[in-house]
Amino acid sequence: MAPSATRAQDARLVAALAAAKVTGAAIRRLGRGGGTAAPGLVAERIDPELLGKIGRRLPHGTVVVAGTNGKTTVSRMLADILSAHGLRVAHNRSGSNLVRGVASALAGQSNVLGSPRAEIGVIESDEAALPEIVRQLAPRVVLLNNLFRDQLDRYGELDMIAARWRPALERLPETTTVVVNVDDPTLATISEGIAAKRVAFGLDERDPRYLLAEIPHAADAKSCRLCGRDLHYDRLYSAHLGAWRCPGCGTARPPLDISGTAVALDGLDGLSLVANDRRGAGDAIEATLTIPGLFNAYNALAAVAAARTLGVPSEKITTALGAYRPAFGRIERVPYRGRTLTLALVKNPVGFNETLRILTLSSGGLTVPTLVAINDHTADGRDVSWLWDVDFELLSDGSAPLATTGIRGADMANRLKYAGVAEERITPLPADLGTGLDAFVEGLPAGGEGYILLTYTATLGLRQVLADRGAVAPFWEQ
Amino acid sequence: MHLSIGWLYAMKMNIYGDRGNVITLRRRAEWRGIPVTVREVGIGDPIPSDVDLFFWGGGQDQEQVAVAADLAGEKGVSLRAALEDGAAMLAVCGGYQLLGREYRPYDSAALPGIGFFDAVSVAGPERFIGNVVVESRWGELVGFENHSGVTTLGPSGEPMGRVRVGRGNNGRDGTEGAIRHNAVGCYLHGSLLPKNPALADWLIGRALERRYGAAVLAPLNDAVETAAHAAAVDRAVATR
Repeated sequence: MAPSATRAQDARLVAALAAAKVTGAAIRRLGRGGGTAAPGLVAERIDPELLGKIGRRLPHGTVVVAGTNGKTTVSRMLADILSAHGLRVAHNRSGSNLVRGVASALAGQSNVLGSPRAEIGVIESDEAALPEIVRQLAPRVVLLNNLFRDQLDRYGELDMIAARWRPALERLPETTTVVVNVDDPTLATISEGIAAKRVAFGLDERDPRYLLAEIPHAADAKSCRLCGRDLHYDRLYSAHLGAWRCPGCGTARPPLDISGTAVALDGLDGLSLVANDRRGAGDAIEATLTIPGLFNAYNALAAVAAARTLGVPSEKITTALGAYRPAFGRIERVPYRGRTLTLALVKNPVGFNETLRILTLSSGGLTVPTLVAINDHTADGRDVSWLWDVDFELLSDGSAPLATTGIRGADMANRLKYAGVAEERITPLPADLGTGLDAFVEGLPAGGEGYILLTYTATLGLRQVLADRGAVAPFWEQ
Repeated sequence: MHLSIGWLYAMKMNIYGDRGNVITLRRRAEWRGIPVTVREVGIGDPIPSDVDLFFWGGGQDQEQVAVAADLAGEKGVSLRAALEDGAAMLAVCGGYQLLGREYRPYDSAALPGIGFFDAVSVAGPERFIGNVVVESRWGELVGFENHSGVTTLGPSGEPMGRVRVGRGNNGRDGTEGAIRHNAVGCYLHGSLLPKNPALADWLIGRALERRYGAAVLAPLNDAVETAAHAAAVDRAVATR
């Protein structure tokens, strides 16, 4: 698979890389965090095609992972699987997934002549950046995980992303394989009839506990992209993901090449499923993970589908997924002042709904005292309207107290009131995260447990508060 | 007494927390012991004659085209007749635009509105995004705007209010939204009604009056709503 001819030295590329390396080292020396994007910016100015030039030299090619939810998780899982398979993997791990961040990651992992030390690249791509990243890289595999509304004021509307992805997919050569979650009607439709090979994955689970009775309000793609009729679901798993068909034009979820069955969710502690590779002789890959929720079942299935497409044997996949540990801040447990706090990042309505489902699935209602911290900075979504698209009505059944904090904690308390949560269960705490945390923790019994659900910048803020008090290390030290 | 709410195009036009407005109308009536039914009115469904309060949210362009076509004939006439007759309505963003004379998208043909408001909307080059505070007959309203549509009211158009913070209908004349009879249209998400209970109660009151002649709404404890309103106003002032 290694390139047969030695490539000529590329003066522009060499200059770009040298500049990137100096910039990255300087930023790290100044202690300004990881220096994840600035080196790429510098290098990109000198050689705008840097990303493709380095990426195309990887002997086993690149895998580009895109989707609104789970792309960090899926690309980390896949990188772990490929490492377990014995490949040296280049991966933009720090979550810098715009074009510059990807160029930085690759530049940092290549020698000064632009020859990568790695053998294969796993590249996490931002929704908006996907067309440019696949144009430059001509990847071996493009993995499309899902498309939801997320941070709309940054990306524009869902239709616009789908409209930009379609021509990018059409331009891919026959040598590329597009691995697609076809439970997502939008992704299934825009990956239809392209020159590249398609591998379709999705869930084929029939356990009624994991089926939704009706399409949730937060779902986006409710109507057929071809004829506009409302879609019908034979089985609906989450948001707009499931076994769908259009009663108007007859389009339907395509047959699955890789299907997920035997899903078992174990609260916050983990999950297991079987991924059935139905191609060729067929194979069943068992996966047991320490990360929770139906969404992570989808993420694991995506990683398995990509790994199988790259020819990784099933035992390697099972082992690597069993050893997988989540990225910072998604869900983690922190001992603090004699209590155990479970922190969970909530980014958008779909993710928030899944978290609420995990917290209430086994017990039929919320049983653990919970603090919800809502900020409205750009990374959180400046418009808190999205809180009204989350099904907080799920919390109205239990008896556990709910407290709120953060810049828009007052909005959150109001949302809970209108969700039908009894007012005596709702405690609006001050906006300041440290003050809110103290008041919440004091309300927990010694040795007790509490959940804290936080938007992105609230997660950063609360971790800083906890670090200042010696409870956890700030994330960039981990 | 009974409140009948019609949710126009609930499946197609419901972005940015539009649902919060319907939840709020329902709860605030139910907390006063008034039973509520919410009927969704989708593509091809007639405008129900027994609905006294309509809600109409925003949508993506693809959906707005389908909805404009659905309203082009008899259905648009019957919706307009209900509003002329005093049915209450809150329309936000895309719904507000289609209550006017027309909406001209950026790269496709003009979509006809039902012509209830004397207003024309055109997709503009700039997107207005951020928290908004509006002075209105219900006091200060607070919400979040996110639109590139520029709306200009005609000579008989009356604005819902005047922007104290934010860009409003068009970023030029200081107006936000439109009001006529018992119908209000505007660009405010947030969601709007949960943080602005005075407007929610006005809509419920007008709807009940239309059906029953008079309606006195019992006061509610709005401490949580008032706190959310105050936090949002502070944020609007701090961020724009």
